[in-house]
Amino acid sequence: MSILEVKNLTVNKPDAKEDILNNVSLSFEKKKIYIITGPNGGGKSTFAKSIMGMMPAASGQILVNGKDITSLDIVGRSKAKIGYAFQTPVKLKGISVKSLLDLAKTSNSHITARQALRMVGLCPEDYFDRNLDDSFSGGELKRIEIASILVRDLDIAIFDEPEAGIDLWSFQRLVETFNNLREATDTCIIIISHQERIMRFADEVIVIDKGHVTKQESNDEFLSKIPDSTYCCRRKNAPDGGKSC
Amino acid sequence: MLSKNEQELLNKISNVFSNINTPISIRLNGAQYERKVSDTINIITKKDKPGIDVFVKANAKGQTVQVPAIVSEGGIKDIVYNTFDIGENSEVEIIAGCGICNESSDNTEHDGTHEIIVRKNAKVKYIEKHIGIGHGHGKRILSPSTVVEVMEGGFIEMDTTQIKGVDDAVRETIVYLHDNAKAIIKEKIMSAENQKAVSKVKVFLEGENSSAQVISKSVSRDNSHLSFFTEMTGKNKCKGHIQCDSIIMDNARVESTPKISAMDSQAELIHEAAIGRIESDQLTKLMTLGIEQNDAEKIIIDSFLK
Repeated sequence: MSILEVKNLTVNKPDAKEDILNNVSLSFEKKKIYIITGPNGGGKSTFAKSIMGMMPAASGQILVNGKDITSLDIVGRSKAKIGYAFQTPVKLKGISVKSLLDLAKTSNSHITARQALRMVGLCPEDYFDRNLDDSFSGGELKRIEIASILVRDLDIAIFDEPEAGIDLWSFQRLVETFNNLREATDTCIIIISHQERIMRFADEVIVIDKGHVTKQESNDEFLSKIPDSTYCCRRKNAPDGGKSC
Repeated sequence: MLSKNEQELLNKISNVFSNINTPISIRLNGAQYERKVSDTINIITKKDKPGIDVFVKANAKGQTVQVPAIVSEGGIKDIVYNTFDIGENSEVEIIAGCGICNESSDNTEHDGTHEIIVRKNAKVKYIEKHIGIGHGHGKRILSPSTVVEVMEGGFIEMDTTQIKGVDDAVRETIVYLHDNAKAIIKEKIMSAENQKAVSKVKVFLEGENSSAQVISKSVSRDNSHLSFFTEMTGKNKCKGHIQCDSIIMDNARVESTPKISAMDSQAELIHEAAIGRIESDQLTKLMTLGIEQNDAEKIIIDSFLK
């Protein structure tokens, strides 16, 4: 049974000529990683935000565990165990990293604030007492944003371009974190990303373009069709089998 | 015997119950309620007008003196003049402030004028909290005025807070800084309902290498009205910085008027002022964590004022 089912979802802006999302139908299962990719402005983030209740649906239905949550607001969806890591982290000035993670943590989550910070490559002792202000780099804020999702017990965890601004070393750790999360929990993980290295860990890749789902297939299928010029030798079917990466 | 309301107010504006061994002068409804002095801090009643003189001996370190005032009777206008003479090379914390409880239909007012002389190389932390409570229709009015003179090498950090419940407030702070003297002035004001608050801060950087920083943070909601006039004058080689940030909500009004004047070519003065609403992204982020909008607003405001 699908943990998340989206039926004929249409999202629009009042003055826009075209829908941002047009009649999108998708289903997601627990314990799987889904990558949503596609061109800029195609509707990926809108899809994620509409699941979180941040953008209202003009029509269609969103069901979690079979229950219609379309009319729920952001808080209601959060309580329905949906989480969303912002593409651009919000600076909550005056709030410390520890305070944010304490606010974010759900009582039944097995991951502590300390563990979550370590999972994203940050030392709790160095970061807990610092305020979320301009003293942080974009990459640090991004990792704290991801940690604020990891401390929650979620059925559906959405990460909007989690790799943006993150260095290569941390990126590798991030990929491992998503992988471990899938292994250790039943959470359905939806990642908006353009990174092939994340796609390699995914169970399915979904392409959203111009408000429509244009592809939904396994990562093997998807990666095998990507032209050489796009992702060079990292492809699994590259001449050296991707070993040179 | 203090009433429950009086105890609550004292607790909010001072540490007199948790730190009982410090020199204390508690003023209750315009009269002296309790006084305690120490070997290094003496408190004397003024002879010419209501109020006290507080003397901190030279070289006294790590001392705290608490001078809270409580007005709990309706219709009172309490006027007090307190002078603090902080001896050379000493280090002291002053906890002042006033709490008003007005359960009557008459206005209740406290006008406290503080004069602080920070002598050579002395260091002072001055904490002043103002709060109003009570369900009476009479206004709770506070008009504090503080004049500070910091002598050569001296330092003062002022932390003033008007938490809530004060209907009308006009706060005036004037600071004079001599050679190598430094001041940090932090001000936090929250207004709601139909309250009005005016804050005037004037800093005169008189001495060579004097420096000052004014940080003002405020939240104005409902139909309240806040006005800030912050002025810094550099008369020598000096550095000064004014920062005024306000969150405005509902039908509130906020005016912020920073002014800097340089009378010496080596004076470096900066002012920044910003007024804005709570960023919707901040609210949204907290709501995605399951926090209801009203609670999210409170978290953001408390953090902003922290």
